[in-house]
Amino acid sequence: MSHSANGSIHYLNHAKGLKSWLFTLDHKRIGVMYLVAVSLAFLAGGILAILVRLELLAPGETIMTADQYNQSFTLHAVLMVFAFIIPAVPAVMGNFALPIQLGAKDVAFPRLNLASFYIYLIGGVIVLSALINNRIDGGWTFYAPYSTSIGNGVLYVTAGVFVMGFSSILTGLNFIVTVHKMRAPGLTWNRLPLFIWSIYATSIVQVLATPVIGITMLLLFMEKFLHIGIFDPALGGDPVLFQHFFWFYSHPAVYIMILPAFGVVSDLMGTFSRHQVSGYKFVALSSVAIAFLGFLVWGHHMFVSGQSAVSSIVFSLITYLIGIPTGVKVINWVQTMYRGSVQLKSPMLYAIMFLFTFSIGGFTGVMLGVLAIDVHLHDTYFVVAHFHYVMMGGNVIAALGGLHYWWPKMFGKMYNEFLAKIAALLVFIGFNLTFFPQFIMGAQGMPRRYYDYLPEYTFYHELSTYGSWVLGAGLFLIAGYLIASFFTGKKAGLNPWGALTLEWTHTTTPPDHHNFHDTPIVTRGAYDFHLAKHLFEKGGEVTELDLGGDGASTHHAPVSNEPVA
Amino acid sequence: MGDNGSVWLPDPGTALAGEVDSLFWFVFWTSTIMFAMVIAAKLYFMVKYKRKNEQEVPEPVEESKWLEAAWIVVPTILVLVVFTWGFDVFVKLNSAPPDSYQISVRAQQWSWEFSYAEGATSYTELYVPVGRPVKLNMTSADVLHSFFVPSFRVKHDVIPNRYTSVWFMAEEAGEYDIHCTEYCGTQHSGMNAKVVAVSEEDFAAWIAEQSQDLPPAVLGEQVFAQCRACHSIDGTPGIGPTLKGIYGQTHAFTDGTSALVDDDYLLESIVNPAVRIREGFAPVMPAGFSALSQKQLDGLVAYIKTLE
Repeated sequence: MSHSANGSIHYLNHAKGLKSWLFTLDHKRIGVMYLVAVSLAFLAGGILAILVRLELLAPGETIMTADQYNQSFTLHAVLMVFAFIIPAVPAVMGNFALPIQLGAKDVAFPRLNLASFYIYLIGGVIVLSALINNRIDGGWTFYAPYSTSIGNGVLYVTAGVFVMGFSSILTGLNFIVTVHKMRAPGLTWNRLPLFIWSIYATSIVQVLATPVIGITMLLLFMEKFLHIGIFDPALGGDPVLFQHFFWFYSHPAVYIMILPAFGVVSDLMGTFSRHQVSGYKFVALSSVAIAFLGFLVWGHHMFVSGQSAVSSIVFSLITYLIGIPTGVKVINWVQTMYRGSVQLKSPMLYAIMFLFTFSIGGFTGVMLGVLAIDVHLHDTYFVVAHFHYVMMGGNVIAALGGLHYWWPKMFGKMYNEFLAKIAALLVFIGFNLTFFPQFIMGAQGMPRRYYDYLPEYTFYHELSTYGSWVLGAGLFLIAGYLIASFFTGKKAGLNPWGALTLEWTHTTTPPDHHNFHDTPIVTRGAYDFHLAKHLFEKGGEVTELDLGGDGASTHHAPVSNEPVA
Repeated sequence: MGDNGSVWLPDPGTALAGEVDSLFWFVFWTSTIMFAMVIAAKLYFMVKYKRKNEQEVPEPVEESKWLEAAWIVVPTILVLVVFTWGFDVFVKLNSAPPDSYQISVRAQQWSWEFSYAEGATSYTELYVPVGRPVKLNMTSADVLHSFFVPSFRVKHDVIPNRYTSVWFMAEEAGEYDIHCTEYCGTQHSGMNAKVVAVSEEDFAAWIAEQSQDLPPAVLGEQVFAQCRACHSIDGTPGIGPTLKGIYGQTHAFTDGTSALVDDDYLLESIVNPAVRIREGFAPVMPAGFSALSQKQLDGLVAYIKTLE
């Protein structure tokens, strides 16, 4: 029995033409538009990364001048952080999957949701034009007074980031309300998929932290145009204050980047182990706890900045309060496989890769939180390697897992699983080859943001650059087979992974325009596979909807794909 | 990497650096062991619990409260140990002995200036006596910089309008790299210098020699160390024009005018570099050099004249 027979009507084809996309209020289409936008940002940021690594292949000038290099790594960082990582998982997968996982027809405020997308685009255009029309260098941190001394570019970038931040605030608000008000009957907080929990926690941070960029922007403008000394020492301001403002936003922003990854990995570990996620309540609630504690540790970026030693000591201690629950989560994910039924499909490979790379990011984070060690490692390549292990090894690897997981549901096509496994291997090898040598050269003393370097670091830089080629090849291969799946991909079934969340059990592939014909009734938790044995009786992939809504029943209501009036 | 250094850390140049290293290795090995355990469990479960048939649906596992408590308690104890240990060493790194020999450090784009109480000034080499604690009182003339000596495991930001400090006590005579580790513009990666640690006698001799009145061109050559990041003296173009043989040439500027390179022009270019920009170059020279003393400026002009 197939519910997605040829000629069926679903969200991708129920209305046609560019206008039907640009003015859509459908959360799924908005998710797809975000996917296109953030993929372009990732492509641009990635090409810049390859160029930056190429320049560093040998000491001295290799392919660009010092100024070009300084601006390239800055553009790479700004694109990756603000235009890619922050929106990637919440805006793409959150938009696509969150309302369906809740059993809702859409988010609470569909018009606001579309507005968020356009605000994100406008912010992106402001940031990009500021970066292209002004000399802006020095990395994504934009520390004053250097950043304010090289022209007004930093004002425009901050303004653009704030506009993009507004998009985050609105999306966050939308998701919070949706989770609170639009859960299907029976979907209690204890039954929510962990993906929802993590997006919910992320939304809290987005709503609370992002206004700080607005405050900083206002202060920068006041200093520039009213000459009130706030950050600029020439006017009597304090440059260290800028760092406080920057990290008061940007440290919570790190959690905007990593919490959604926790959610994706939880869903993947549960589904592909066909097993309850170990420590469900702990994983769910610690995400929310981290969202709040994340506001109290910004000073651990500033141990050598000139903030008081006492502050540094307090920040170091609180940092560990976050470190412990994060470590316990990793153990929970590993334990989920214990006595489970583990299937190593490509999305699961990324979840397993995440456990490796994110753990290295976590352990090196503990090292950087130790006051005396951080003095030596601060602003070296050790830090560069650490945050790439967290941001890329954490967020991007999880996002790739999520993309491979939801791709069949999004577009109704399977990709080539063999190529997907090859690409996962290339990404794993390339990623570690690129960033692991950076730990060593950083500990040796190689400072970050260096165009030129001492000859003794050449070997590590060479390894890192070769790694970037392998990583690039893996990522291009992924783009290749995903695009090819539109043309040659096998038709995806309803529930190829045997997952239990509503987007797999209660709607067609691709989902209907309105997600569901009847409101789903939820009778079990997101990972209660033992209560859904009837779905797996026939073996192979699950090809039937579970509309009975009763865990013990094998009754399946027929589903039609007729357009809804 | 020193002869005694490991793959990970450079050879420690001070006793305190050795203490930082002990802590580093403690965290390194506990982390490595815990990481190995996590990965081993992961790989074992992946193989052991691989899906045998498509129908299988495992029952949930009763979670052991003791095991869960252990995961929370053991790492908490470990991080409290490293926190306390790190706190202790951090306090030592921040507490210069009261009898330290003090040197003033002035950072500017893209060079260091080290001034000694006896009147000597150096630029690319920070001379220090072995076996005596040295405290650097640092400030910046323009943007943020950061003073970093990997071998000593010391680092601190250098901030305009404020004094910050680091201290160290070199154990052995030798040269140790100094890097700027806070991004400060085009030549950030060229803002390097060296600590030269010498015996007390050699240090006293060096101070005495430096504090004498030098002929202008010799003083100028020392001051010129600050300019080397951008200006060559052998004809190679850099961020700025080479200074080889420019005295007496006629230079064209970006505003279309041109002028003879004489004493007045050289002085103007140093003190007020933005007034006339040489054709083919960007206006990136920092303004901070106007803070040089008249004697140093005279010395620089005299030195540039000798570059034939």
